[in-house]
Parts: sequence; C-alpha cells; structure tokens
Amino acid sequence: MLLNEFLLLGAVLFCIGVYGVIARKNAVMVLMSIEVILNSVNINLLAFTQVHNNLDGNVFALYIIAVAAAEVGVGLAMVLLIYRNRKSISLDELSEMKG
Amino acid sequence: MLAEETAGWFLEHAWLIPLIPGIAFAVIILFGKREIGGRRVFPLAGAEIGVASMVIGLVLAIGTTYQWIHYVRGVEDPEPVIKSWTWWQSGGVKFGLGEHIDGLAVAMLLLVTFISTLVQIYSLEYVRGDRRFTHFFASITLFSAGMLTMVLAENMVQLILGWEIMGLCSFLLIGHWWEEEPNSRAALKAFLTVRVGDVGLLVGTAIMFGAAGTFTIRGVNEWAVDPSTGHTVVLWAAIALFIGCIGKSGQFPLHTWLPDAMAGPTPVSSLLHSSTMVVAGVFLVARLYPVFHTGLMINAAGQHFNLIAVIGGITIVIAAGLAFVQNDIKKVLAYSTVSQLGYMMMGLGVGAWVPAVFHIFTHAFFKCCLFLCAGSVSHTASHHSFDMKKDMGGLARKLPVTFGTWMVATAALCGLPLFSGFFSKDEIIDSAGHFHYGVFLVIGLVGAFMTTAYMTRATYLTFFGEPRGAAAHFVHDDHHAVAHDTHDAHAAHDAHDAHDAEPVHGKPLPFAPTDSPWLITVPLLILGFCSIFSGYINAAAFKTHYFDRWIESSIGVGLPEAEAFKWVNALPSIIMIAAGFTISLAICLKIFGTADSKLKGLTARNPVLGGGYQFLVNKYYLDYLYEKVIVHAIAHPIAAAAYWVNQNVLDGVVNAVGIGGRKTGDWVYKNVDQRVVDGAVNGSGTVARGTGGVLQPVQSGKVSMYGALLFGAAAVGALVLVLVNS
Amino acid sequence: MLAASDLDVAQNIAFGVIALIMVVSAINVVRSRNVVHAALSLVALMAGAAAQYLLLAAEFVAVTQVLVYIGAVMILFLFGVMLTRARVGRETDLNNKNWAVGIPVALLMLGAMVYVLLKGFGDDRLHPTSQVSTAELSDSIFKPFLLPFWALSFVLLAAVIGAIVLARKD
Repeated sequence: MLLNEFLLLGAVLFCIGVYGVIARKNAVMVLMSIEVILNSVNINLLAFTQVHNNLDGNVFALYIIAVAAAEVGVGLAMVLLIYRNRKSISLDELSEMKG
Repeated sequence: MLAEETAGWFLEHAWLIPLIPGIAFAVIILFGKREIGGRRVFPLAGAEIGVASMVIGLVLAIGTTYQWIHYVRGVEDPEPVIKSWTWWQSGGVKFGLGEHIDGLAVAMLLLVTFISTLVQIYSLEYVRGDRRFTHFFASITLFSAGMLTMVLAENMVQLILGWEIMGLCSFLLIGHWWEEEPNSRAALKAFLTVRVGDVGLLVGTAIMFGAAGTFTIRGVNEWAVDPSTGHTVVLWAAIALFIGCIGKSGQFPLHTWLPDAMAGPTPVSSLLHSSTMVVAGVFLVARLYPVFHTGLMINAAGQHFNLIAVIGGITIVIAAGLAFVQNDIKKVLAYSTVSQLGYMMMGLGVGAWVPAVFHIFTHAFFKCCLFLCAGSVSHTASHHSFDMKKDMGGLARKLPVTFGTWMVATAALCGLPLFSGFFSKDEIIDSAGHFHYGVFLVIGLVGAFMTTAYMTRATYLTFFGEPRGAAAHFVHDDHHAVAHDTHDAHAAHDAHDAHDAEPVHGKPLPFAPTDSPWLITVPLLILGFCSIFSGYINAAAFKTHYFDRWIESSIGVGLPEAEAFKWVNALPSIIMIAAGFTISLAICLKIFGTADSKLKGLTARNPVLGGGYQFLVNKYYLDYLYEKVIVHAIAHPIAAAAYWVNQNVLDGVVNAVGIGGRKTGDWVYKNVDQRVVDGAVNGSGTVARGTGGVLQPVQSGKVSMYGALLFGAAAVGALVLVLVNS
Repeated sequence: MLAASDLDVAQNIAFGVIALIMVVSAINVVRSRNVVHAALSLVALMAGAAAQYLLLAAEFVAVTQVLVYIGAVMILFLFGVMLTRARVGRETDLNNKNWAVGIPVALLMLGAMVYVLLKGFGDDRLHPTSQVSTAELSDSIFKPFLLPFWALSFVLLAAVIGAIVLARKD
C-alpha cells in the first residue's frame, strides 16, 4: 500500500471538515465537523507509525481520542447553556462579540 | 635718565600735588556736611579741608620749585623728570598716568597752587552763608586737582583728562546758582562752546598718535622735530590742537562764553576764568610748542603771518573794543582777560615763547587781584551788585586797601613800567617787531592803548565820581541793614540767599576799618605785592633772566635770539599807555562827570556812533550768529530730518515688520495650520477611522467567520510555504 | 497509484472501498439538511476510520475508536441534538450566510496538501505488520508518555466537572 493513500485520504477528510466548520450554522454541526477533522488527523498519525516503526503515533492517536471526548463534553455543555439562554444555537445570531 | 639720580624728593613726588586736592574733593563731597551726635564733623562744612589741601599742595609746589631751580643751576641741559604708571594696556598701547616735570610744569604748579590757596581763603569770607557752600568748595578743589593733573601731565590722555575735569568744574561753578535761569544757560554755553573746540583737541591727539605712535608729551615733541616726519601731518595736528585752544582760551571766534561765565561767583571768575583755566589753551601750545612751531612754521624765514598770531591779534582788538561798552565790572575784566589771552597767543605765534609764558605768570597775579577787588567792592560796598553805572562810584576813600590793590593791578595790566605787566607784555610786543611780525607789533600797541583806556573808564566809574545807588548808601551810611530795605533788584548774577539777619562778617583789617574783612583784603594785598614784584624775576630792563633760565629747557625747539632790551624800544608802548590814560580820563570826566558836556548822550544823537555803539553792545552780533543762525540752522533741519527718519523710516520699518509678521501669521494660519497641519491631523484620523471601518467587518462576532479566516490564513500560509520551498 | 501494488491488492481494494464510504459520509456530514442524518453519517465515518485503523495494523486504537468515539462521543452528540430541540426532519438551511467562503478555502488547502504529499512522499510503500502489541502500547503509555497521560486524566476530570457545572440548571 502506498503511504500516500492514507495521507491523501486524511487530507481530503480534513478539507471536508474545514468546509464544514466554515459553512455550518448550527453549533452542534460545527462540532461534528471538528470531529471529522480529528479523525482525519488520527489516520495520518497511524499511517506514520507504520513508516517509522514507532509506537508514538499510536499513543498520540489514543490521546487525541481522549481529548476529543473531553472537548465534545465541554463543548456540548456550552452549547446547551447557550441554548438555554438564547433559545437558539444558530451561530449567525450569536454575534454579540462583534466590534 | 640723568634726572632720576639727581632729582630731589619733591621732583620725584610732584604727582602728590594733584592727588591731594583730588582726595580732598572726595572727602568734602562725602563727609563735608556730616554730623556726629548733632555736631558738625567739620565746623566749616568742608572748607577747611579744601584750604588745607591747597596749602599742602602749595608747600609741595614750593619744594618742587626750589629743587628744580637747584637742579637747573647745576646741569647744562636739564632733562625733565618723567614718571609714569600704566593704568591700562590694550593691544600694545599703554595708557599711563604720570608726571612730566620740567620748568614749565613747575611754574604752572606753583602758580595754580598759589592762586588756588589765595582764592580759597578769600572764598571763606565771600561765599559765607551760601546755599551750597560745601559743594562750592568741593568743586573748586576738584578744579585745582584737574588743572594740576593737566599741568604735569606726562601724556596727552592725562592732559585731556585734566582738561575735561576743568571743563566740568567750570560748568558746575558757573552754574553755582543754577536756580536762576541765566546762570544755568551761561554754564551750558561755556561748556558747549569749549566742547566745540575740544573736538579739535581730540582730533589733534588722534592725528599725533597715528603718526607718532605715542601719547607721551616727550614722544610727541620729539616726533614733531624729527626731520623724517612729514610736514603736512604736523600742520594738521597743529591746526586741530589749536582749535581746542581757541575754545578753551576764549580766542576769537569761540570767545563768546567767557563774558557769560561771569554769572558764577567772583572767586570762580578770579580763579578759573582769568588766571588758571583759560590759560590752559596757552599752556597746551607752550607744552607742545615743537608741534606748532614746526607745523605752522613759526619764525620761518619770510613769514609775517601765521594762524596762532592772527587769531591772537584779532582777539586782542575785538575783546578790547567790547570792554568799552560794558556796565558790569566783571564783564570789563572778562573782556580784558580775553584780550590778554590774545596777547599770550600772539606771543607764542611770533616765537616769543618765554615772554608769553611769563605773561601767563604775571597776568595770573594781577588779573586775579582785579577780580578779587571787584568782589570785594560788591561784597562790601555795592550790596552784591556789579553794575558800575548804577551801584558804584566814589569808593576810593572808603575802600583803601581794595582801591590801592586795584590801582597796582591795573598799572600792571596796562603795562606801566616797573610793574610786572611791563616786563612780560612789552617783551611780547617787542619780539613781534623783532621777529619780523610787524603787523602784530602794531596790534600789540593798539591793544595797549585800548587796555589803558577801558581800565581808566572802569576805575573812574568804580572808585571816583559821585557814589550812585548802593554805593551811595554805603558811603553815606554806616549800616548795611538800611541798604536792605531800599535796594530793589539785585544783579542777576552773584545773588546771595536773602539774608534777613545780618550775616556774620569777618573783621576788616585794623588800618582799613570800612574795607572788606581781612579774609578778603589779605589775599588782595598778597596779590598786589606779586603784581609789582613778580616781574623782576625776568626783567629784561634790569638784566635779570631767572625765569628764562629756569624754563627755557621746556621749549623744545630752537628759537631766534631775542633782542637785548633797550628803553627806546619800550617807548612806543609807554606813549600808548600815556595817551590811552589821558584821552580816556578826559572823556570819562566829560561823560560821567557832573559838568554839562556835549559828549553826553552822543551815541543816542549821532546815528553813526549810535550804530557803532549798538554793534559793540551786541558783541558784534556774534552771539546772534552762533545761537540763532548756526545752531538754529543746524539743529532745526537736522532735528526735523531726524524726526522724519524716525517716524517714516524707522517706525515704517518696525511697522512693516509688524504688519508683515501679522500677515505671515495669518497666511500660515490659514494655509499651513488649517489646511496642511490640521489636514494631516484630520487626515490621519480619517485614515485610521476608515481603516477601522474597513477592518470592522472582520470582527463580526461570528465564530464561523473567525474559523473561515483562520483556515483561510492557514491555507494561504501553506501555499506560501509550498511555493517558497519548492 | 492505487493499482501500483503487488501483494496488497486486497488491501488496496479494501482501502478504496472504505475510503469512498468515508468520504461520502464526510460530505454528508457537512452538507446534510438534517441534523440527525449528519450525526449518523458521522457514525459511519468513524466506523470507516476504525476499519482503516485495522488496515494499518493498529487494532487497539481501532477498538478504542469504536468504543469511545462511536460509543460515547456520538451518543453525546445525539443528546446534544436532542436537547437543543433541533427539528427532526428537514430544516430551512443549516448553512450560514457565508458558506461559500468555505469552498475555496477548502479547495485551496486541499490543493496545497495534495501537492505536498505527492511531492513529498511520492511512492513510499507501507507494509503494515502486526508488530504492534497492546502490551508494548501500554508500556509506551506508562513509561515514556506517562506525563501526558496524567495531564490527559486531569483534562478529562476538568472536562467532566466543567460540563456538569455548565449544564446544571440551578
């Protein structure tokens, strides 16, 4: 197998995730797009462990999974809070920090 | 110098002679009126310091004279004793103060100290009770200090210093009673007229310094006789210096200040304006004689006229003419002084150096005596008036000492044989003839005639005939107090403070109980004595040439030998004197006498004589010429022009600068400040706001846009990285 | 490229199929009008990722992916969707105003990355072998990377507490 297969796959997924972060209005959708990105990164890392015959990539991928879990937990809690206060999680309407 | 080793203490320290009066002046001014515990420090308000300083000066001068005579006797060609102390140095030029003691300086030192002492003693009585007694003595002491400085000056700068101090004191003293306007005007006239002459003095000094490179008297004299010196320079220097002498010594045309100077108190007239200050010009010519002799080519073969002699001659005649029409006794004496100064100048002009200097010497004695006599008359008899026609007459009996000394001094002035004036004035006239200046011989004789004539007139009006006015009261009453109430206006000058109480007068001499107090009459007697016997120091008729021998080393140039004295040569002047006396006496008796005479009121009836009389009374209209024509013509146009320049040019420039400044300010404000600077400031603000406005949408507050920007930037950055590294 | 391999034909095909599924799922995540559809597409994506991990001989990571990511994170997502009353069914538009900006950015990024990858790694071969054992993985976690492990545990602790604090109602 070519290394590039996996790396390209990761790149494509990454870009799709970026598009999703930019284009989506719903806060939860944005978080989902971030998950896409994280997954693409994982693929990259694991591809490279095979190249270097090193376990560091695997360990890092595990850590990423853990962090992603924590991040989603907190993120969704925040989204809930926003929803409770504003009755809306449309990012278009959450622009009070504009200057 | 040879002089150093053999000169005595007095010669070496002759510089003390001006210094002591100078210090005395400071003491009088500062401490004269001081009181400690209610009592005056100086009972005579400073006068005793003045008199004391002059006495000390006189003692020092006598010592100096004695040592000089002794010195001259032993040495063939005596060198002057020169001492100098540099008080300032600038660019290689040294300015010094010092003494240059030779025969001329010694004679002048002795003369000035002697006359000053007598006049100060006289003033103790005369100026008693005056409103500014202390200042009078301070000024008179300062004057003596100034003249003494000038007389022994070692260099021109010191000479000018002394000259100017004298001018200042003259101003102060003439205007002693300056509250009356004529007095202050007279003081200003004296000062400014002499100042006009002083320009010449300064120019002459500058020329000499430029050509000779030195200020010292000795250096200048040596430069003048040096064969390599260009003649034109010396001539110009001589002319310039002589202009200074014209002003100071009252020669024509700058003589107009001297008669007006009689506004001062009589001691001032006798000291300054007859014996000492006015001879400063003559002294200068005598001192720098090599300059004048070489420059004007005096005694040159075939010369019959030169500047000095001509001016001197003119002065003799016109002053004598004016003396005839004066009613004020002091003015008569003033014009007489001017005339005699003319004699001295004429003497120097014809090369009769020793006779001219000797005439300074003798003239000082008898002229001072005459003035002091006039003062005595006014003090005692005519109640401070000097008008001969109004307030004098018939005083001979009552004022014997005054009358006696007056007659002696008059005889000396006229040049009567055996009196001192004969031995000095006659020598001048004689030398004029002998040195081929025939015209001036004639002028001298005419002057002698006129001198005798006007002095006879003055003597007759003062001491003979019927007493008039205040003199009448004096002669017929015994108390002054009565004369007070009846006498109205005093003479404009010599006005004392109104004394309501009888002033404390001194005691007269015991053998002249109705005469003036002894402080006045004793100096008169001393001066009368000198008027007779001072001539014998240099009496050519009796073969005494002491003065000649003592002083001839100061001449500086070789002069032609004077003719030996012959009584035959003196005959013309004796005849003139006799003629003047008789004619004048006859006319006086006719005009002023009680008898009816065709001569009385002649000038009123006869238009020609009347015109001549008016011409004389108006002093040849010279005063009119000077004040109304020359000064007016110069002052008014110049003043007007200066005013025009000031208003239009100077003020114009200032205003233009101001207006220009304001306009520039306005323009700068409108264009630079408002448009450029404010524009820049506002522009920068606008730019900042615009940029902010432009960049504001970036801060939309929308997370997705932030994310877009973030990733967009990352993408661009990645692209750049790739491109750079590929 | 895909075809240029000798012994790994089967793996390549497997890779290709799973990659296709993953990409389609990802596109669905970002373009779906229905939130629940997007969430389920995300699940598919993650499953596909787990399969890829197996292909890359990282079994433990694949299992962890399924257990943690799909089993916990996606449930969280679904709860979030539910609690924020996202309308089930079609919505008007899940894209924001400037969604068009994302396309060029993504494409730009894709272009850059593809170029770099192709240039950088060219024809590098991968021969995944099961040399990786779980025991070695755990040794690696607990010896060299112990500190990050502890940090991670703190992060998780903080996240838990934070989430509770944020989300509680009183």
